[in-house]
Amino acid sequence: MPKQQANWSPYDNNGGTCVAIAGADYCVIAADTRMSTGYSILTRDYSKIIQLADKSVMASSGFQADVRALQKVLAARHLLYQHQHNKQMSCPAMAQLLSNTLYFKRFFPYYSFNVLGGLDSEGKGCVFTYDAVGSYERVGYSAQGSGATLITPFLDNQLKSPSPLLLPAKDAVTPLSEIEAIDLVKTCFASATERDIYTGDKVEMLVLNASGIRREFMELRKD
Amino acid sequence: MMKIDFSGLDPSLPVKGNAEDLDDEILAAPSFKLPVTVDFDGFQKAAVQMVKPAKGTTTLAFIFKHGVMVAADSRASMGGYICKALLILNLYKINLYLAASQSVKKIIEINPYMLGTMAGGAADCQFWHRNLGIKCRLHELANKRRISVAGASKLLANILYSYRGMGLSVGTMIAGYDESGAGLYYVDSEGGRLKGTRFSVGSGSPYAYGVLDSGYSFDLSVEDAAELARRAIYHATFRDGASGGVASVYHVGPGGWKKLSGDDVGEMHYSYYPIEPTTVEQEMADVRIA
Repeated sequence: MPKQQANWSPYDNNGGTCVAIAGADYCVIAADTRMSTGYSILTRDYSKIIQLADKSVMASSGFQADVRALQKVLAARHLLYQHQHNKQMSCPAMAQLLSNTLYFKRFFPYYSFNVLGGLDSEGKGCVFTYDAVGSYERVGYSAQGSGATLITPFLDNQLKSPSPLLLPAKDAVTPLSEIEAIDLVKTCFASATERDIYTGDKVEMLVLNASGIRREFMELRKD
Repeated sequence: MMKIDFSGLDPSLPVKGNAEDLDDEILAAPSFKLPVTVDFDGFQKAAVQMVKPAKGTTTLAFIFKHGVMVAADSRASMGGYICKALLILNLYKINLYLAASQSVKKIIEINPYMLGTMAGGAADCQFWHRNLGIKCRLHELANKRRISVAGASKLLANILYSYRGMGLSVGTMIAGYDESGAGLYYVDSEGGRLKGTRFSVGSGSPYAYGVLDSGYSFDLSVEDAAELARRAIYHATFRDGASGGVASVYHVGPGGWKKLSGDDVGEMHYSYYPIEPTTVEQEMADVRIA
């Protein structure tokens, strides 16, 4: 009998795609609702999005058990913050907290590819994108997950703005209106669903703006 | 007299009798949890494959008469994808590269008179540079004077040495201006720390060294030194697929650091090598349809 090696891994990939777009006074965060393992679908109705604070929403793809644990840790830390400071965490503060939380598991990472969206203290939309161990950057738009390689080039074509590193600085606000941005997100998911087997079923979209937060769903192909 | 019992406020003690793992994470002081495995190295290698931290970069810094010039590109690639994470030094692992981000900040402002460059794992560099900034500020508060560049780089080198062998990937240069003048140190995750006057780090560094070494002189003016740094980054991005985006140039002088320029390397190409209109020998004439 050939020598057998232990092959249990603590990780699994449940697939899925997340997208976020920041506008002048709004932010759209979207994720599909399919949860898979290997070639099987576990459920068609799983939310990958969580609202962490009144102006911060996180969407994560990857291993949903790690995502769920990460969401719990962040929600608990936010509650402690509210008790200690008597106010909600701002989106940039939550972004730094998420980065540190991810990095403190540097040697046993959360298998979670996150996108944090919200409104900054000036009311402008902000999107922060992360890798699995916590490096982050504020961007105008981002996609993560299995369909990210399909969606990002399309968003680059539609939304690409001058780099924030240019000097003299060029204005980098997404010129799209809220309705146009939501339409763009729907287009992204419809296209990604065609070519990525792990993306589909439904897309859940959260829109944050000055008047609050609202949730929308759109049906996607179920094959 | 009864002493007040403060043990309840001690963060290291669990609040409840049976503390779950998640409680430790939330309430205790942050620390690095290690996985409980038989094969730690194998697990770290597999984890790195899975999370695919970004690599590929060109950063450079040199000391000259007027202080330190620091420059970097802004591309981060992750396996085959350009992401926002930082680049790694390791040239051997380069396979198919797609850009995951074209706007990564690779020059980190530790404090108003010290800069750090990033090469290697993006998260590693971001986290430890921020940690270094905290330690430098604590030093200032405890000693009522700014920390020297030698001291700051030593703090970072000692931390990285203590994590040696655990898979951190950091190749950084600490550049600053202190009481003894301009300072430049190269620090990496193997625990190495080198004092020097000219360094370039990253997958594009051989190309940058070529341009930098041939044009370098200690007596350069600030504008000439900036142009040399910018040109070196441009040539590295031209030849190295893992470098690109925007070339940022900073100058650290006696008054602190200042960002001098940020130029898109694609546009720089055409400003250095404009397209000559080619002479046409024979023009194609339209054929008349009878």
